[in-house]
Amino acid sequence: MRALTWHGKHNVQVDTVPDPQIVNPRDAIIKITATAICGSDLHLYDSMIPSMSNGDILGHEFMGEVVEVGRGNTSLQVGQKVVVPFVIACGSCFFCGKQQYSACDNSNPADKSDLSEVAYGYPMSGLFGYSHMTGGYAGGQAEYARVPYSDIGPIVVPDGIEDERVLFLSDIFPTGWMAAENAEIEPGDTVAIWGCGPVGLFAIKSAKLMGAGRIIAIDHHPNRLALAKANGAEVLNYHEVKVREALMEMTAGIGPDACIDAVGMEAHGFAPDNILDAVKQETKLGTDRQHVLRETIMACRKGGRVSVPGVYGGIGDKLPIGAFMQKGLTIKTGQTHVQKYLPQLLELILDGKIDTTDLISHRLPLEQAAEGYKNFHDNPNEWTKVVLKPH
Amino acid sequence: MSEQPMSTDAEVESTAFNDKDRVEGEHEAASVRAVMINRPRQELYDFWRDFRNLPAFMENVKSVEVMESGRSSWIVAGPAGADFELVSEITEERPGEYIAWRSLEESDIDHEGWIEFRDNAFGRGTEVRVFVSYDPPAGALGKVVAKVMQREPRIQARRELRRFKQLMETGEIPTSKAPDAAPRASRHF
Repeated sequence: MRALTWHGKHNVQVDTVPDPQIVNPRDAIIKITATAICGSDLHLYDSMIPSMSNGDILGHEFMGEVVEVGRGNTSLQVGQKVVVPFVIACGSCFFCGKQQYSACDNSNPADKSDLSEVAYGYPMSGLFGYSHMTGGYAGGQAEYARVPYSDIGPIVVPDGIEDERVLFLSDIFPTGWMAAENAEIEPGDTVAIWGCGPVGLFAIKSAKLMGAGRIIAIDHHPNRLALAKANGAEVLNYHEVKVREALMEMTAGIGPDACIDAVGMEAHGFAPDNILDAVKQETKLGTDRQHVLRETIMACRKGGRVSVPGVYGGIGDKLPIGAFMQKGLTIKTGQTHVQKYLPQLLELILDGKIDTTDLISHRLPLEQAAEGYKNFHDNPNEWTKVVLKPH
Repeated sequence: MSEQPMSTDAEVESTAFNDKDRVEGEHEAASVRAVMINRPRQELYDFWRDFRNLPAFMENVKSVEVMESGRSSWIVAGPAGADFELVSEITEERPGEYIAWRSLEESDIDHEGWIEFRDNAFGRGTEVRVFVSYDPPAGALGKVVAKVMQREPRIQARRELRRFKQLMETGEIPTSKAPDAAPRASRHF
């Protein structure tokens, strides 16, 4: 089959690779009809994530048709259309029992768990196409994918529904939703969201559905700010204003009730702390640029909530821990427990309560995936979301 | 005696738990490891007690033959394609709870170990603790083995317990081995 494979920093190619096979009883093979490039794929593209290997297939946002089912899967049938969560979860461990699917104890193969045990003190769960630390599983920017524990993850969608309406159930919709849920929004709250990429946009949409009074979105790309505005957010361009001052003025000195960092480890901007972080990142002295996380902590109101869906992977320093403690902030974060949210979010889509397609800027055949990566990376203003069509 | 762990309802008997990873014993290499498995204690014990089941999740164990009077014969894959034979005997057994074993003289490796199964006091399943300890075999080959094994018992024990948990909790052992389980490009750009 054809698949998008990683070969080092800024080097991805579509190549011919072997077809995946059913190897475990609970596996299924999915013929992929739509898959997307995620902002977090750009961390891989930029070689920011450790334990990538030459030839790895990328992609963790995908959906398609079930073409083969292992004998241990009693819930899926050949021919069904499914969306696959980017988190692989077994459904039977302590964590899955608590619906903390992205903390699944079993989905990362034993020989791939050593690194996260050392780096994070516990084994991470398995993810599709996201380095060997998270399992070394092949991703879904391909014609076919093997889905382990397929009786737990994939959600069956109705026949005839357009792929693009449901594709983002795989990651960014539940991720934006959980980000808003972690912000513990109360009616009338002001929610500030850093980053108007796909996760930021879904956080805006979700916060609105949860009753936020006012949503303030922060970015510097005019197109992304325009999308945020079209979704009902007030917008701040951090190239034009000082973000914290603007937020304080807009909230008459109180500060936002909740702040969402939908940016993560590769924050842009020219704040002094960020330049220092960028230098450290380039010289491998530190890993994460965390300007946004610092700013959320400084900007949030006393007793407020900070929610972090943005991806961090390494070590951070210069966190304003005093402000965090003295203001009595709550911080919530984590990879998304996708499986937990799927039924209710599919219902929102089917009921027409949310537009899941307005962020898509480009649709490309799989063969042009490398071009998609390059443009999504180099021109984020025009390229807001890329959907690939392998079949 | 170490402080009693929060999650257990009984005393931890072994001083091994004072140091989770490294245990000083009479052998050169040793490891102890604990894991919570969300399955009934008896089921886990029964599966383990039938030693023929163990190669299913112990990667280096090629085969186990069960003999009379608590003895069993093990073929273990070593480095550089060399296999070792190990004849083991059960030294203590409490059905449903505990099995201890040690190797007999004719073995290529001097080895002892135990496994313990305990109900978690708060309904989270079964607490499984394993201790393994061994001396690498002597001779020229032994030196190579020693080099590998002294570094490895901790990782080995960790991975094997993890596979045991995966198999018991989910019915299968996750894998991302190329090419079937996880295809990848062999051509490099």
